[in-house]
Amino acid sequence: MRDLMDKVKKNVIWKSIFRRDYKENVRDRAVAIFGNVFLHLHPVQVRESAVKLRYTWGMGGITFLAFIVLVITGVVLMFYYHPSVDQAYDDIKDLEYQVPYGVILRNLHRWAAHFMVIVVMIHMFRVFMTGSYKAPRQFNWVIGVILLVLTLLLSFTGYLTPWDQLGYWAIVVGTNMGAATPLLGFEGPFSEYFGITAYNDVRFALLGGTQVGGNALLRSYIWHCVALPLLSIILMFVHFWRVRKDGGISRPQ
Amino acid sequence: MKPLIEIITKPDNIAIVIMIIMVTFFTIWAFLQAFQNDKLKTSGKPVEGELDEDVDTWKPLVRIELIITLVVMIGLTLWSILVDAPLEEIANPTLTPNPAKAPWYFLGLQELLVYFDPWLAGVVLPTLIVVGLIAIPYIDINPKGNGYYTFSERKYSIVIFSFGFFILWLLLIVIGVFFRGPGWLWYWPWQEWDHQRVVFEPTTDLTNLIGIDSRSVLGFFMGGGVVFLYFAIGMIAPYLYWKKTHPKFLNDLGLVRYTTIMILFLFMMSIPIKMILRLVFLIKYVWVTPWFNV
Repeated sequence: MRDLMDKVKKNVIWKSIFRRDYKENVRDRAVAIFGNVFLHLHPVQVRESAVKLRYTWGMGGITFLAFIVLVITGVVLMFYYHPSVDQAYDDIKDLEYQVPYGVILRNLHRWAAHFMVIVVMIHMFRVFMTGSYKAPRQFNWVIGVILLVLTLLLSFTGYLTPWDQLGYWAIVVGTNMGAATPLLGFEGPFSEYFGITAYNDVRFALLGGTQVGGNALLRSYIWHCVALPLLSIILMFVHFWRVRKDGGISRPQ
Repeated sequence: MKPLIEIITKPDNIAIVIMIIMVTFFTIWAFLQAFQNDKLKTSGKPVEGELDEDVDTWKPLVRIELIITLVVMIGLTLWSILVDAPLEEIANPTLTPNPAKAPWYFLGLQELLVYFDPWLAGVVLPTLIVVGLIAIPYIDINPKGNGYYTFSERKYSIVIFSFGFFILWLLLIVIGVFFRGPGWLWYWPWQEWDHQRVVFEPTTDLTNLIGIDSRSVLGFFMGGGVVFLYFAIGMIAPYLYWKKTHPKFLNDLGLVRYTTIMILFLFMMSIPIKMILRLVFLIKYVWVTPWFNV
């Protein structure tokens, strides 16, 4: 057995991938963590409370996991989907009846999305209850709130993509709110003094028109698949970076 | 009971049921730990986690991450095998469903539409929610309770946050999902939805109650006066009270923080106030102007 392990571990290929063995001395351990791009996101050592489930509930990590699931299933879904009024609904039907495992693929994307909204709220609750937003972590709470909003927007923009009654009318209800924006929406207070009409207000910008149609579908698709995920990923990097730089998982002070 | 089971087992609503179970579980867990830590503090012992040592990331942390990942993945996979995502008829702009509901996490805001005009319910209040959340670390100057569960050291902030989180956010979502039917009318889960049902509620405006037309000039000034007084008294009264009882606290807080807290708090409390006015006194608007109504 040991011979076999030696053979696996002491050849050029293995060594080119894993530069260091994980040994019992502190320096080698640290180097082993730094040397691995995934492990180096963690510190070499953490406080015990970071490992105890009862403190963090793992909610931030679970949110990130849900996001990864959504990116993977989302990319696969994009192979089967055209963001056009004529094709979108049929593509979803195809997913149900033609694509192997298409039903589970779509289910996983939808339920992971709901799940992400739930866990991100509980994550916020946990951070509040442990007072972890207090100095020096104030700014990371701000990033977290923006990420919460982005999570909701990601879910909301994805709602329209199947082009069914459920998504369509949810988007109608949602974007009609935009029309009520003070100053900037054509039904909002004071907008008439700024020359705001149904053709140049917030809702028009959101929908690419005055009604939920092909342009709205394309816009929500691009926000959903490109713009919002990019923004979220950038802010997640900041969020995780700041967790480390602000002293790791919070602990009694 | 049939409608109740139908509502709960609607595919999208299973998420809400899961949310209710998870939130209840973690709320209880959080407060249990908070009370336990409070007990430790009063008996002079260190709170949970205070004496923690450092441990290696590899493997204690990575191991627990792996286990959680596996559990969550198994759960999501089972959920996806057992429940199919809903797909309704193809979008039809000429056929409005009744009720047309927003996605569940926005139903709290849709519920606010019963009590406020869209520019408030859909734009101003959501913006203030986000601004208020962002402001929390900067307006909460209590240095205690940083990094552990506690209740007794942070009573006020926890009570106010819990009110916003559980009542104004989660409860309104649950109401929107389970108790609102056609015409956005209230339906108990055991009541059948009736699309013909119309409820006539003779709502009126605040000043009409004392016989002054809310659309008249006098009504305009009276309504505006009520709104102005709400904010003015709300800003000044706590200031004077705290100046007498807690002058040091007020001094530490500073005028900018105090103003921010009170504006956010008064807007937050305007929601339950407006709800009571509407539900109990059938008052639609407090202040009617040519440009907007409050």
